[in-house]
Amino acid sequence: MAAVTTTTPTTTRVRPTGRRPLSPGRVLAWTAMGAIVLVTLLPFYWILRTALSTNSGLAAHASDPLPVDPTGTGFARALGLESTKDAIAQGGAGGGLKFWRYLLNSVIVSTLVTACQIFFSAMAAYAFARLRWRGRDQVFALFLAGLMVPTIFTLLPNFVLIKELGLIDNLLGIALPTMFMTPFAVFFLRQFFMNVPHEVEEAALLDGAGKVRIFFRVLLPMASAPVLTLAVLTYITSWNDYFWPLMVSYSDSSRVLTVALAIFRAQTPQTGVDWSGLMAATLIAALPMLALFGFFARRIVSTISFTGIK
Amino acid sequence: MTIASSSPPSRLPLGGAEGARTEPGTDRVPGGSNGGDGRLAAVFIAPALVGFVVFLLWPTLRGIYLSFTRFNLLTPAEWVGLANYDRMIHDPIFWESLKVTVEYVVINIGVQTVSALAIAVLLQRLTQSPLLRGIVLTPYLMSNVVAGLVWLWILDNQLGIGNEIIAGLGFDRIPFLADETWAIPTIALINVWRHVGYTALLLFAGLMAIPNDMYEAAKVDGASEWRMFWRITMPLLRPVLAVVLIMTVIGSFQVFDTVAVTTAGGPANATNVLQFYIYQSAFGRFQFGYASAMSVALLVVLSAITVLQYRLTRAGQTDLG
Repeated sequence: MAAVTTTTPTTTRVRPTGRRPLSPGRVLAWTAMGAIVLVTLLPFYWILRTALSTNSGLAAHASDPLPVDPTGTGFARALGLESTKDAIAQGGAGGGLKFWRYLLNSVIVSTLVTACQIFFSAMAAYAFARLRWRGRDQVFALFLAGLMVPTIFTLLPNFVLIKELGLIDNLLGIALPTMFMTPFAVFFLRQFFMNVPHEVEEAALLDGAGKVRIFFRVLLPMASAPVLTLAVLTYITSWNDYFWPLMVSYSDSSRVLTVALAIFRAQTPQTGVDWSGLMAATLIAALPMLALFGFFARRIVSTISFTGIK
Repeated sequence: MTIASSSPPSRLPLGGAEGARTEPGTDRVPGGSNGGDGRLAAVFIAPALVGFVVFLLWPTLRGIYLSFTRFNLLTPAEWVGLANYDRMIHDPIFWESLKVTVEYVVINIGVQTVSALAIAVLLQRLTQSPLLRGIVLTPYLMSNVVAGLVWLWILDNQLGIGNEIIAGLGFDRIPFLADETWAIPTIALINVWRHVGYTALLLFAGLMAIPNDMYEAAKVDGASEWRMFWRITMPLLRPVLAVVLIMTVIGSFQVFDTVAVTTAGGPANATNVLQFYIYQSAFGRFQFGYASAMSVALLVVLSAITVLQYRLTRAGQTDLG
């Protein structure tokens, strides 16, 4: 490392990135960047601050930057840990909230969708990129055309179909339409498989491996980085989906977090919205995705930044 | 496990007949096994193809069919010809919702594209810090529902910090989501907040493809950042920008979640975007036929916009990445 920089100092030091004079332009640019970061992050702080306050405190000190009467009752209400009497006294709704049930439902749906969609899409992508078969280009063109169909358009007919399959108010009914593939996932992974050098495959073939084995043992492991990024983004998309689960679920048994949150908001008691409980609930709903992202952030950010995944 | 590599010549008709020809993207398979992979491909493609046909192709065709019927889910669909379309053309609420949707899209896309471009350029020219890129992406991790609820709270007329600040500065409180003029711009900006980071990263990907030498050379010639932006960044980013624009416009037209949790179409239909109206027609009034007809209208609008954008920007010449 040291040797490299000392032998080629001219090429690495042409543009000193470390200390540059702070021109007015740069000050302005950094100010803009600071403002962007502030607007991006402040709502997150405000969620936390509100969730840790009491509703009566919020009404009295609306603009206090710190939590008012710091308390955990908002979280207790969101998680359904507070008795109905206490909840109503705190400005919450009397109806029970089965938060863990919704959380579990979200986990089941997102996991099912992500695991199956990525796996099946990878198989299809491999067939489109690396196998030779009649009609391949035509079928792929069809998939590409599917990319253009807006999701709204398929939602109503899909609802009718799911109803006919008897899967309304069922987690499988929520997962099914996106479980097998999305044109984008196929397209994205095909792009990756096309770029794997032929030599890799040829070497494996010479070793006597079949194409099935090559896919599972060579190409799929090679694709772990794009697959991981795609998986995390698919998980986030699935977790955040609202419209389709709203159509399909009617009861707690299949209610996912996004739908539950909207219902929590609608259960307005006579005194006004339970902001403390609602913000606690949104925080709990968002936390798993923040954690997931925090864990894979570096890899995801650089994959999006350098490949323009979408 | 070696089914494919030992595939017999009998598989030739399935694509391997022109074995010597190597198409772009096609594999040249060594070791004499140059037969087609038809059977294996069929197995590999089967799940995705089933999903595609059942949940994408078939619903698309069925949606078009349903738009010509009267259908309430309970009794079989009844063919009514163009009745739904006729109704749609004479439905003032439909036109109003289309207008509101377009207004939303214009504000959302306008602000989002400009801000995303600014963020992407700052991320490229000022610092390439992965931390900043990560921070910019965080709102994207929220659902539209959460984003809607948070901003509903921040912009609350009585207790929201947004209005507290406005009042503190001596201005009148703004009923952001309860006022007919403010509601749509507010919803549009909430969604900008959630999506702008992602769009910025897509544009940043495009910027990274521009060789740094070009900026160095321009700098040697004494060009300012502003000039470099217009002479280097914009022309070279144009194809990527076009693709991103097409994608975000299509996504933007499908606004629903934020409206559903904040204003539910109100006040006085001021935020009754097309998707929300479609949803209400289907699930509020069980007019699935009419809702399907409006979906077809939306599909037509989106296709027209896509084709137009594609032409205007000549986006087909390059692709992302």
